[in-house]
Amino acid sequence: MNFGFTEEQDLLRQEVRKFLDQKCPLDQVRKLMETETGFCRDQWKQLGELGWLGLTIPEDLGGAGLGWVDLTVVLEEMGRTLYPSPFLATTLAAAALREGGSPEQQRRWLPEIAAGSRIASLAVLEASDLPEPAGVGLLGRREGRGFTLHGEKLQVLDAAAADLLVVAFRPEGGAPTLAVVEVGAPGVRAEAQASIDLTRRVGQVRFDGAAVPDDAILPGGEVALPRTLDRAAAAVTAEMIGAAEGALALTVGYAKQRVQFGSPIGRFQGVKHPLAEMYVDVESFKSLLYYAAWTLDEGQADAPRAVSLAKAYASEAFARIGVDCVQLHGGIGYTWEYDAQLYLKRSKWARPAFGGPGYHYDRVVRLGGGA
Amino acid sequence: MDFNLTPEEEAFRAEVRAFLDENLPENANRLDPHFVVEWQRKVREKRWVGFSWPAEVGGGGGSLMEQVILKEEMARRKAPPLGTCFMGLAWVGPAIIQYGTEAQKRRFIPDILDGRYQWCTGYSEPGAGSDLAALQCRAVREGDHYIVNGQKIWTSIAMWSRWIILLVRTDPTSRKHEGITCLLVEMESPGVTVRPIRNMSGGTMFAEVFFDDVSVPVENRLGDEGQGWQVTVSALAHERSGIAEVEGLRRKLEELEELARETPRNGRPALEDDDIRRRLARFAARIEAMRLNGMRFLTRQLKGEPLGAETSINKLHRAELEIQMGELGLEIQGSRGHLETGAQGGRWQKFALSWAEVVIGGGTPNIQKNIIAERILGLPKD
Repeated sequence: MNFGFTEEQDLLRQEVRKFLDQKCPLDQVRKLMETETGFCRDQWKQLGELGWLGLTIPEDLGGAGLGWVDLTVVLEEMGRTLYPSPFLATTLAAAALREGGSPEQQRRWLPEIAAGSRIASLAVLEASDLPEPAGVGLLGRREGRGFTLHGEKLQVLDAAAADLLVVAFRPEGGAPTLAVVEVGAPGVRAEAQASIDLTRRVGQVRFDGAAVPDDAILPGGEVALPRTLDRAAAAVTAEMIGAAEGALALTVGYAKQRVQFGSPIGRFQGVKHPLAEMYVDVESFKSLLYYAAWTLDEGQADAPRAVSLAKAYASEAFARIGVDCVQLHGGIGYTWEYDAQLYLKRSKWARPAFGGPGYHYDRVVRLGGGA
Repeated sequence: MDFNLTPEEEAFRAEVRAFLDENLPENANRLDPHFVVEWQRKVREKRWVGFSWPAEVGGGGGSLMEQVILKEEMARRKAPPLGTCFMGLAWVGPAIIQYGTEAQKRRFIPDILDGRYQWCTGYSEPGAGSDLAALQCRAVREGDHYIVNGQKIWTSIAMWSRWIILLVRTDPTSRKHEGITCLLVEMESPGVTVRPIRNMSGGTMFAEVFFDDVSVPVENRLGDEGQGWQVTVSALAHERSGIAEVEGLRRKLEELEELARETPRNGRPALEDDDIRRRLARFAARIEAMRLNGMRFLTRQLKGEPLGAETSINKLHRAELEIQMGELGLEIQGSRGHLETGAQGGRWQKFALSWAEVVIGGGTPNIQKNIIAERILGLPKD
């Protein structure tokens, strides 16, 4: 029994943290927030060179061949500085291809993704707001040797920046599955939507008869779809760990130096106790998520339940932490120039992303095994 | 990360399960004195009483991992306790093993393992509860004896105990934590008076204990003079990760779920009510977080790192769960929730009045939050 990280994983964490501290501290994040695409292309190439874009892609396809636990380490660090980039989007699309793609499809797309020459994203969510196959209604109409897509996808991460989409659709008379669609192909229109979280870019994608030839459909797409959604919920939760720790560190630091009534405010239990509660929550959803990441790597049967417990707990706790972080600061926390607001805004995106607390708690009950 | 057990650990788990299959049948009458005596004899024979203690003192010498497995399996089957001298096994014994003289070990440890009598714990005082180090109960050395004067309170099972582990102030001039000494005192000693206190559930589990010129031989001092705080702190630290408690909470959640399934509400099972269902799922998440936190702590212990303030995390979860699960147990029963003859044998009514034993004893939630804020987050002390 060993519930801890390996030396290699600790080293990976140090490298990612160093890179982000040097290249993209929060004042840099703020500059990227103001740009149209919301990320830095130079840094994107560097992420590819460092091997992080292909972290979970097999070695013979240009990746590092590591697991979801390793990826968790990277996502946690990116969450800590609210690093704006299509890393999450691309990683999830790659995971879907890896899980359900044919050898040809994997050979075609994964090396380019790993190298950073293709930005990819996952398009699943629709107006149903249901992050599971049953919520997929995008129609695939049979036409010749393939399908045409008719409908709309919402909340697509980095929709405007993506070159490539892994799209969930419902083929006429069949079960929901996945296909690769290139953005810019006829009948595909991606459009950015402004989020209150400026460190995270999302958009909607409209399909008006976009062609999906048979060889663009992932042969294992039907199975890969729910598994990818579990990985997505786990990935968002990993980011929430880092972001929540960032918010906690910011607030603890402030509580130690801000003096009122002749004493640092961190001496008062009215400040001290909410901070202790934040710590309890972060450590707890951290434990839940690390275990969930392990079950994903090991293909354990309880992976969906483990993911839901982690995502549900984290979504509620991080939202509370975002609010408390601002509130405990007082006036300064409410300003644009102070960083507390950035964490609060991230929590507004993260809470519902790939299933909010209500969805995941209900899924826990549905899956059984204790409540 | 690896949550798998070694073949040896798996074999040990199988051994415990086989023992339970043989010695704890489903229909066992746990109140039958013959069953109780036989159970205690058998687990003692297996050396599962004091399983974590070194073999030299008569313990089981179980590894950390084996201790967890044993506790988990026992809790899973709601087995009777391993041994009957509860506080002796929980912290008096470990403190004696760590700080006691050879004579003290010989005198007390075998009796604790055999459950020959009870120990109680004299820490809190009327003026020293959460601020334990403010204690005033005084011991003055006179020759080869200490003369003890003062009062203790909230002393659980004082009326049924033969010995008390007592914290006293031996040096009133030194700083708070430094003038405290630990004494082992016979409750039969002249000058000891026990006055039971009735708690809100109507029972009497704890008491006030008064010391009036009680003479205690110096040989019954545990550790050095002035070392009492250290003896207590490291003894309480033996409570550890809390993984074993998780199994108990899981059983309780199952019972609560069962209650929600069998109790109608608006014409359908209460379990189908959105609010109730999600509250149950939140309990499940918290319990699972406790289990996994415990495993992270255990991993640290297996690497030889001592545990510190982080164990307060699970104490806070447990406090929240004990209170909130009790509340839901009554809420599900609607207007009948306050009746003594409630569902499941009135279990939830009793529970709603008894959680305080766990939640307040051993440090209130507010104290646990102070511990985390000060020792982990580094915030200034009050």
